[in-house]
Amino acid sequence: MAEKLKLVRGYPEYMLESIEAVQATRAQRLEEGPPPGMSLEEREELLKKYHPDYAPGGKRPLVAGPNKGELAPNEVADLLEAYPLVEPGELELKVDIDVDILILGGGLAGTMAAIWAHTQGVPPDRILLATKLRHGDSNSIMAQGGTQAADKPYDSPVIHFLDALGGGHFTNKPDVLKALVEDAPFIVKWLTELGCLFDRDENGEFVEDWGGGTSRPRMHAARDYTGMEELRVIRDEFRNRGFGLLEFYPAVELLTDPKGRVAGAVLWNMETDEYKVVRAKAVVLATGGFGRLHIRGFPTTNHYGATADGLVLAYRAGAVLRDLDTVQYHPTGAAYPQQIVGLLITEKVRGLGAQVVNREGEAFVYPLEPRDVEAAAIIRECYDREKCLVTPTGLRGVWLDSPMIEELHGEGTIERRLPAMFRMYQRFGIDMRRDPILVFPTLHYQNGGVETDPWGRTNVEGLFVAGEVTGGVHGKNRLMGNSTLDCLVFGRRAGIAAADYVKGKGAPKAVTLDHLKGFVEELRAAGVPEERRSPILLPDYRGKRVLARMIDLL
Amino acid sequence: MPEIMDRIREANRAVTTGIDDSAVKHWVTVYIMGKAYRVPADITIMQAMEYAGYRFVRGAGCRAGFCGACATVYRTAGDWRLKTALACQTRVEDGMYLVQIPFTPAEKPAYAIEEEPADGTPLLKYFPELARCVACNTCTKACPQDLEVMDYIQAALRGDLEAITELSFDCIQCGLCAMRCPAEITHYHVAQLARRLYGRSLPVPKHVEERVREIESGVYAEEFERILSLGREEIEELYKKEQREKGGLKSRDASRVTRNG
Repeated sequence: MAEKLKLVRGYPEYMLESIEAVQATRAQRLEEGPPPGMSLEEREELLKKYHPDYAPGGKRPLVAGPNKGELAPNEVADLLEAYPLVEPGELELKVDIDVDILILGGGLAGTMAAIWAHTQGVPPDRILLATKLRHGDSNSIMAQGGTQAADKPYDSPVIHFLDALGGGHFTNKPDVLKALVEDAPFIVKWLTELGCLFDRDENGEFVEDWGGGTSRPRMHAARDYTGMEELRVIRDEFRNRGFGLLEFYPAVELLTDPKGRVAGAVLWNMETDEYKVVRAKAVVLATGGFGRLHIRGFPTTNHYGATADGLVLAYRAGAVLRDLDTVQYHPTGAAYPQQIVGLLITEKVRGLGAQVVNREGEAFVYPLEPRDVEAAAIIRECYDREKCLVTPTGLRGVWLDSPMIEELHGEGTIERRLPAMFRMYQRFGIDMRRDPILVFPTLHYQNGGVETDPWGRTNVEGLFVAGEVTGGVHGKNRLMGNSTLDCLVFGRRAGIAAADYVKGKGAPKAVTLDHLKGFVEELRAAGVPEERRSPILLPDYRGKRVLARMIDLL
Repeated sequence: MPEIMDRIREANRAVTTGIDDSAVKHWVTVYIMGKAYRVPADITIMQAMEYAGYRFVRGAGCRAGFCGACATVYRTAGDWRLKTALACQTRVEDGMYLVQIPFTPAEKPAYAIEEEPADGTPLLKYFPELARCVACNTCTKACPQDLEVMDYIQAALRGDLEAITELSFDCIQCGLCAMRCPAEITHYHVAQLARRLYGRSLPVPKHVEERVREIESGVYAEEFERILSLGREEIEELYKKEQREKGGLKSRDASRVTRNG
């Protein structure tokens, strides 16, 4: 058995030399400021060579469904080109629950949809929110950095629009993006009136920070618990209003009426295996993204349930997807210690002035490039230039020089502005005020998804979408602070649009799984292997040894 | 660069799929609900339970310390004290006896926040059990976020919303305080109401109100129309200009501008 690894201040002893090199160059780096940003041409060149989206392999054209022929990551294609867990005819579809609006997903977007459908006139007992884990278990609650809103005199929604468009490589859907930036100040105002606490300075003014790829500081944060603060406030509001709620009840298939309109969903109790048929005049899909598919084998920042269920269900119901070929890798995931590999180190750390530094203490990239560019630069430093650290488990990473924050903004800034991050490292014996932290890109966000108009409407009647499951607003790359905003803006809009849609409508005449028939035929014709099934609902991290000895007896 | 991507996949295998014994150097023994399991030493409680064969439905949420789904109670060998932790943020220790708390059956009163005064009076109205606090400090000891829970309950009794906000802000609502409290207080619900009341006592900054009015009255309509009519090259130029000039706000040095530009 190997020697127990000796740790000094939480790091293996062999890393100390490099930590000292980082300390040695810190004063000069503080003096000089960060290295210059790249030109658009330099960015392109770097992305082509080092970004996982551009590196060869990893994607294939879809063989069936509305986006047949378009590229998707293999891990996503495996789920889109898969047979349903239940096929038409296998289930008795007697209606168990009848509502006006069924919301799938319990993050910011789903919660907003409920509140605003109610505000728009739908009674709370005619709205049901069903979610796979607990209400609030979502990527939303983990959002650290902030929410963008152009509300300062030096800023405008038009500039916010431009920033997001450039960050998205000019591929964003303009009308949807316009809705995002124009609603942003209203959302901040509304949340504040509900009692949501964004950071303020001593004069009571909002503290607004820079984010990668923004040309103005407009990030509204709640320490580094931004998503948690927003979510817990609107979840409290949700609970006060008395909506229907089913937890640990994922949707395993959408239901359609004889005209192909979405008419509810089949939910499945994960603890008892019982299914429930919910009939609804409209469904709001707010199921989030696909981080737990570990695209290209990357670790992820995402919550346990981020397995693309909503994409799969919508696709089978005929919804058109877009921009699935790009995946957002956050430049700074934790690379050490092993227990937190892949977890998010918010961009705010760089926004507050921490530089990205290699083994020798050189700042090798402007710290606030758009995320894809920043990530590619770190991959180059680690796997081509090899000026990186290698952890005891063989992971590579570079330093994020967090002590610079204390130098720039005064002692105590990290504890005050980044308490979650500080606490996490402290739990593993590392003091990020004193020593830098080791980072490597991590799978963060599904840029694309179900195509929508500015009101969350899709090409399938009765199906509304909001949040990470959608595609278009961020184009092929999302900026920091636009994701919580996306959920809040389009959760609200989808709730309002769904409420308007159900007004005066009778219940669907029948609920069926007939929309699956054509899709399943298409899969069989394309030779998709029969054992491939989706949605997967949860990832599987059980140990290899126990899996090899597992038998199913009961 | 296919080989780079392959190398990255290989390096991350232990965290993206189940752990393979051949990669493990150090081992410890933990007792999950009393049953002994030999597990790798350098992983979290959550990863250890998965290694042992558990596939979570309850007890795992964000896996990063933000959601409170994985509240865990444990004891270590030779120690009589019950400790608490988040399974996703705590390393396994040899001889750890542990169980997860899947659910907190706590009552949450409903209120219409806009009808409540933005001061401390609603706290005792909705949570009269606050008065039963015996200041035993068990809640504080139970908090996996190391918050001064008892102090904010005492602040609640005084109606000091600002103090509760400051002390409770990092609460992830895992429920461990409420499960341990001899007075049956639901601390995290009290704090939620207090923070919302405090938040409502702060005015919406004027520039936010002003910007909302501007947008509603169509101030930006014309500029949007112009921007939306531009060709790709023109709009790229405009984007580059904004990125370069950053509105004259200390260009490039992001670190220096954190407050009000």
